[in-house]
Amino acid sequence: MTLSLKKDHKLLDLFLKSESVKTDLPAFSDLKAESRLVLEKAGFPVAKSEEYKYTNISKKIADTIENPYAPYPISGLEKVEIQKELIQSIDGYRIIINNGTPDFNLSDAGDGLFDVDYFTDLDPSEVKEIGKIEKSEKDPFSALNTLSFTQGIKINIPEGSVIKKPLLLVNYVKADENGSCIHPRVFIKAGKNSQATIIELSIYLNEETVFVNSVSEWDVAQNAHIRHYKLQDGHKHTLEVHNTGANVHRDANLTSVVMSLEAGMIRNNLSLNLNASNCEGNMYGLYLLNGKTHVDNHTNVDHTQPHCQSNELYKGILTDHSRGVFNGKIFVRQIAQKTNAFQQNNNILLSEDATVNTKPQLEIWADDVKCSHGCTTGQLDEEALFYLRARGIGKESARALLLYAFAGEVLDKISVAPFKKYCEKLVHERLGGSY
Amino acid sequence: MLSVKNLHASVEGTAILNGINLEIKPGEVHAIMGPNGSGKSTLASVLAGREEYEVTAGEVTFKGKDLLELSPEDRAREGVFLAFQYPVEIPGVSSTNFLRTAVNQVREYRGQEPLDAVKFLSLMKEKMKLVEIDQKLLSRALNEGFSGGEKKKNEIFQMAVLEPTLSILDETDSGLDIDALKVVAHGVNQLKSKDNATIVVTHYQRLLDYIVPDYVHVLFNGQIVKSGTKELALELEEKGYDWIKDEVSGTAV
Repeated sequence: MTLSLKKDHKLLDLFLKSESVKTDLPAFSDLKAESRLVLEKAGFPVAKSEEYKYTNISKKIADTIENPYAPYPISGLEKVEIQKELIQSIDGYRIIINNGTPDFNLSDAGDGLFDVDYFTDLDPSEVKEIGKIEKSEKDPFSALNTLSFTQGIKINIPEGSVIKKPLLLVNYVKADENGSCIHPRVFIKAGKNSQATIIELSIYLNEETVFVNSVSEWDVAQNAHIRHYKLQDGHKHTLEVHNTGANVHRDANLTSVVMSLEAGMIRNNLSLNLNASNCEGNMYGLYLLNGKTHVDNHTNVDHTQPHCQSNELYKGILTDHSRGVFNGKIFVRQIAQKTNAFQQNNNILLSEDATVNTKPQLEIWADDVKCSHGCTTGQLDEEALFYLRARGIGKESARALLLYAFAGEVLDKISVAPFKKYCEKLVHERLGGSY
Repeated sequence: MLSVKNLHASVEGTAILNGINLEIKPGEVHAIMGPNGSGKSTLASVLAGREEYEVTAGEVTFKGKDLLELSPEDRAREGVFLAFQYPVEIPGVSSTNFLRTAVNQVREYRGQEPLDAVKFLSLMKEKMKLVEIDQKLLSRALNEGFSGGEKKKNEIFQMAVLEPTLSILDETDSGLDIDALKVVAHGVNQLKSKDNATIVVTHYQRLLDYIVPDYVHVLFNGQIVKSGTKELALELEEKGYDWIKDEVSGTAV
């Protein structure tokens, strides 16, 4: 316990005493000062903190990160060929983030369907919107991001804009001796009746230890339909915290799919505020973990108005010493009658040493609602395995077939065909079966 | 083709098969009957290679090979087919994809070229007619939401596609109405040839009106206590199993 407290201080010192948080963004100085106060007061979570009790990422960061600065931008990024296959296979608008800083030279123009602006180019009314959806009080790492970001982007999808091709938000990351902490920041404003699909992925150019601490804020206006797919496929030395918050307005729909395939430790905090009637929020996740990978998905959906719907499905396959954590909060306010809220978390453990901690957390104050939740954790269905083998399918491919079928339910939520195909390929490779 | 000698098997330490002897030649149909708990399904499962059963004594040779040494998939590839009493629902695995994987892995084992999509499809179509199975069922996930009859038809359909040398039908009649029973039996009869053999495991004689056995064996307490021809099945239908039990305990005393 004392140890954790010590580490926590170490982490505060690491970030607050360094110059990493001094940025010359005058427009955001008030917001940053406020975040600093919040962070000083709350500190980083320790082993005893309820919200982080299974995921002591503070200790992990304190133990492994020596240099809290952001690495220099990667030079020659335009020549980087890694993952070209994927990025070129998707016909979309690329938005390139270079070690946390957006690079417009390498990004595609929006064809008038959307605009991307640096935070430093926003006008005062736009600046005011930043940090309102993901408030610093909500999570210390969110506060750290607000305190530390040196640049951010706002993606503005104007009213009525229907973007057929997906937006491809590509984070290139290359940590080095100059720095190993990156704080990407994105604000997405989807105007009334707009439609867009945003695919977010990170490409790590080396396997140095790196701490990626992102915050995304989504403002989804009336009748906007937004899909967000996020692929987390880094390496064994990434430490990641992603805070994503969305305000969803009347008749709007936000669908999030997060796939976590490779990392050291990941904490995803996803919160949807269903702020007006007849809106829908969908949260889906798939995690395939091996080695000592640790992935924690904390989700929170707040039904504040009547006639809204939320669907949630997170599935995990874990082996070796990996650990998965799921915590799903559903909050239904007293006036939010006729709410439909569904939640499922299913896990398959393939080894004795893999662990899952899963916790549904429902707080329902309205009386005329339909809410359900369920968690399962078990092994591969032996009966199904025998059935397939009894038809001549080898044990390994039978296993892969069943695991793939389990994962497929989440992959099916991805509507962009080439991206889905790419993810399917990754999952196939991971499940070890060519069948 | 199949030779079972003094087969003993147990599950979780409880002995279920206590010395089974059985000889099956190509072209024959054998019915295994017996009261509940006599070991009928265990015998079927042991032959197919279900791992929770432990063979404690005896031997099984199939086409000259030691069957008990083979994994379940290799038994299937050698030509053993078990039609399950309770076919498993497997969400997310399409029937077609499953069957194509199975066919091609069996073919690979036998040193045959894999079937391409077109050839596989025409094989499916040909065999679908045999068991009157609806194509729509096959575009769905394997057995998911199928009725009892549809599941059993699907078993026979898979049997038709895989063309086994030894088919073991484990209570294929259970839960079937008379129409479905006829369809299933018709499928099995169509697949019969002088080169393959069938073991029909059943509790009731009903199925044997449609799949006529050459031999009927009565299993009791994990042993074959009586063997005969199809007339034995009729006798069992009429008199029940008690007289067999009496006979067995009579000889024991």
